[in-house]
Amino acid sequence: MSVSQTAFTAGLLDATQAAPEGLVNPDGTPATKRYDVYRNNVAVSLSDALEAAFPVVRKLVGEDFFRAMSGVYLRMHPPASPLMMFYGEAMPQFLTRFDPVKHLSYLPDIAKLELAMRQSYHAADADPIDANAIGAVAPTDLMGLRMTFAPSTTMIKSDHPVYGIYLSNTDTSAPKPVTQPECVLVTRPQFDPQIHAISAADATCIESLIAGQPLGVAMTNAGAELDLGALLGLLLQQSTITQLN
Amino acid sequence: MLDDRARRILPAAPGVGYKPQHYSDIINGADPLGWLEVHAENYMGAGGRPIAQLRHLSERFPISVHGVGLSIGAEGDLDPDHLSRLKHLVEWLNPASFSEHLAWSTHDSHFLNDLLPLPYTEATLARVCAHIDQVQTTLGRQMLLENPSSYLAFAESTMEETAFLAEVVKRTGCGLLLDVNNVFVSATNLKTSPQEYIDAFPLAAVGEIHLGGHDEDMDETGAPLLIDSHGAAVVDPVWALLDYTLARSGPKPLLVEWDTDVPEWPVLAAEIARAHQALDAVPA
Repeated sequence: MSVSQTAFTAGLLDATQAAPEGLVNPDGTPATKRYDVYRNNVAVSLSDALEAAFPVVRKLVGEDFFRAMSGVYLRMHPPASPLMMFYGEAMPQFLTRFDPVKHLSYLPDIAKLELAMRQSYHAADADPIDANAIGAVAPTDLMGLRMTFAPSTTMIKSDHPVYGIYLSNTDTSAPKPVTQPECVLVTRPQFDPQIHAISAADATCIESLIAGQPLGVAMTNAGAELDLGALLGLLLQQSTITQLN
Repeated sequence: MLDDRARRILPAAPGVGYKPQHYSDIINGADPLGWLEVHAENYMGAGGRPIAQLRHLSERFPISVHGVGLSIGAEGDLDPDHLSRLKHLVEWLNPASFSEHLAWSTHDSHFLNDLLPLPYTEATLARVCAHIDQVQTTLGRQMLLENPSSYLAFAESTMEETAFLAEVVKRTGCGLLLDVNNVFVSATNLKTSPQEYIDAFPLAAVGEIHLGGHDEDMDETGAPLLIDSHGAAVVDPVWALLDYTLARSGPKPLLVEWDTDVPEWPVLAAEIARAHQALDAVPA
């Protein structure tokens, strides 16, 4: 009796399936409990990876609930690659559809933020431009200026106070979140991703710039509430801009 | 700084499985440490701290790259994306050694994050050898293949694990990574003799020895069932099996592995000191 890897795999993620025939104990009897070692290893190692990946989501729903939810997630979305550092990419979409947490409407965006920070942590290194480089651009060229951003820079636009919720769950001295839409900029000046609450106008401006539009267009898209000086200061100070074109 | 030649060789000295929380202990440490081992998959990101740390460590220590996700025993083809990520890592790092497991972990493009077992048959032997050929050709270097921890056996197996590994070495020219804790775990679980396993093992092909801890459980018949957890200290019978092995193999690079519930550095330093003693006791 030969045990195919299809048969071996089927029971790993489905506890209702019996251990495949052809796996044996030292005395030749069917290896039921011994097969369970592999079942357990797979579920525990994937749950551990999700726990490490989404500490704030876990804190918000509680450890026991998160563990149970991970059991559902890992069976629906087993990893597609051996790079466990990126496991959990489908978590935001999963959370929008998982009934028991549907009432926590901010949860998918918190997962999105945790994913973005992890991706930023592992993103490619890129040398930032000199802090004075924008000041050196001729005023007549400024509106046509395009910028390239470090791969570690990302933005999350949310209908929920994602920044406030994230902060109040990672920093005990942080104020309570206020119910409002929030945008978060993720940067990585050196090795540790940083998060910044930015206005909707700032977010629109950055979004346009990341999409490759010139500064003039990005400013128009952002509207009157944009504080360009403060925003450029932040982007330069956080080493996010790697090239001016 | 190590010179280029020293970086290319794993010395017959104790090394440790690198964990980022021990970075400053290792960089500033006074403990004699011959080399470091890293899991390949943890260094396949594009940049950031992991890559910077590894680059820095590789200037100070010979590095062994140990893969946990290539799925060499898979029925399907090796994942070409993963193989090219591995090639990229091995090219820029140029480590002293690359090793992987006699196991599979990917099926139907799902990665199961565990080292799953293989029956020892002519068919699996041919497949494993073809995959090792592909890896060695892609990387342009010899790899080491590690013996697994077994919890069960396949009724269909037609050869012993040691004979299977010896044949893999003969057909592919790869080397072996001998994990003595895995030998002890498998022998206990399958009720065989760990010393007889070592006696039958092709020791001349061994490029590295692993030491690690395991957990204890029992199966439905009440028989002991050891789980290879890499989350505990090496037990005395495994140290004794190491002595038994070294007396036959001569000195080898020894690795202390501790991957889960990772302790503070002094706990690992004590294991490393004990590995030193084991090597010192080997007759020259």
